[in-house]
Amino acid sequence: MQLPFDRLVMRVDEWAKNNSVNDIFAQIGDTSHVPENINYAPYLTPSEAEEMFQKSEVIVSHAGMGSVLNALKYKKPIIAMPRLASKGEHRNEHQLATAKWISDIDGITIAWDEDELLELLDSVDNLKSGSAISNYASPELIQNLRRFLLE
Amino acid sequence: MKSNKQKRILAVASAGGHWVQLLRLRPAFEAFNVEYISTLDYDESELNGKLHIVTDANISEKMKAIIMFFQVFWVLIKARPNFIITTGALPGLATILLGKLFFIKTIWVDSIANSEQLSLSGKAAKYFATVRLTQWPGLSHTDGPAYWGNVL
Repeated sequence: MQLPFDRLVMRVDEWAKNNSVNDIFAQIGDTSHVPENINYAPYLTPSEAEEMFQKSEVIVSHAGMGSVLNALKYKKPIIAMPRLASKGEHRNEHQLATAKWISDIDGITIAWDEDELLELLDSVDNLKSGSAISNYASPELIQNLRRFLLE
Repeated sequence: MKSNKQKRILAVASAGGHWVQLLRLRPAFEAFNVEYISTLDYDESELNGKLHIVTDANISEKMKAIIMFFQVFWVLIKARPNFIITTGALPGLATILLGKLFFIKTIWVDSIANSEQLSLSGKAAKYFATVRLTQWPGLSHTDGPAYWGNVL
């Protein structure tokens, strides 16, 4: 279960209001900020979430691997803002570390803070998706696991 | 080579990123009967194996963690796997801990998100996992986790 991420939800909500954008949907979890300008649900079922990913043009999320891998799988540009443990958004700072290395991947843009998030949202039409990733882990990992399981 | 058709794998991951990474390992399970444990109701039709759902819990949710432990124990009794593989987090750790008591071979794959240090569960997995993997070569160590590749 994820901790609240008010910084992300509040800023997207604010941006939607200021830009009169009305086709945003958010899964907000236990975030306390109640959005007024975007559609939202606390939690989606896995199949609802998959459907939302497929329907979306752009993904805005925390720097979590579930969202990131789904965005890559469906070839959607993604803006990822790392959760900070220092702000009570996660239990440790691994999303900062994740944000660093995924920033090199085509189709992923990191919003390091809320100002950057708003700037990226302003130029959202310029974001490009990467090429789709393969469906499975690296052949190296698969082979090594197979070898262990079959020995 | 003997047939592994009857051999069973229990594949475990919490919902979200852990689960997405687990599914990316599926080609390694092809010769086996696979059952899954997760914390949300994923679409079983894509799995080619039964999905067991357990309570989500993290280290700060003691009561939920205890319930989850019993649920995992029950799945283990029913599924009787030869191998357990998990990409985390706490439910995966619970499964390999209990698996060790039954002498089941276990694999811990630490999430690719942990690029600078192993997760807390990944560190604890040291005591329970037959094989413990990191997805970052820089974190592998002869006395620590091994690097066998990553999920990308």
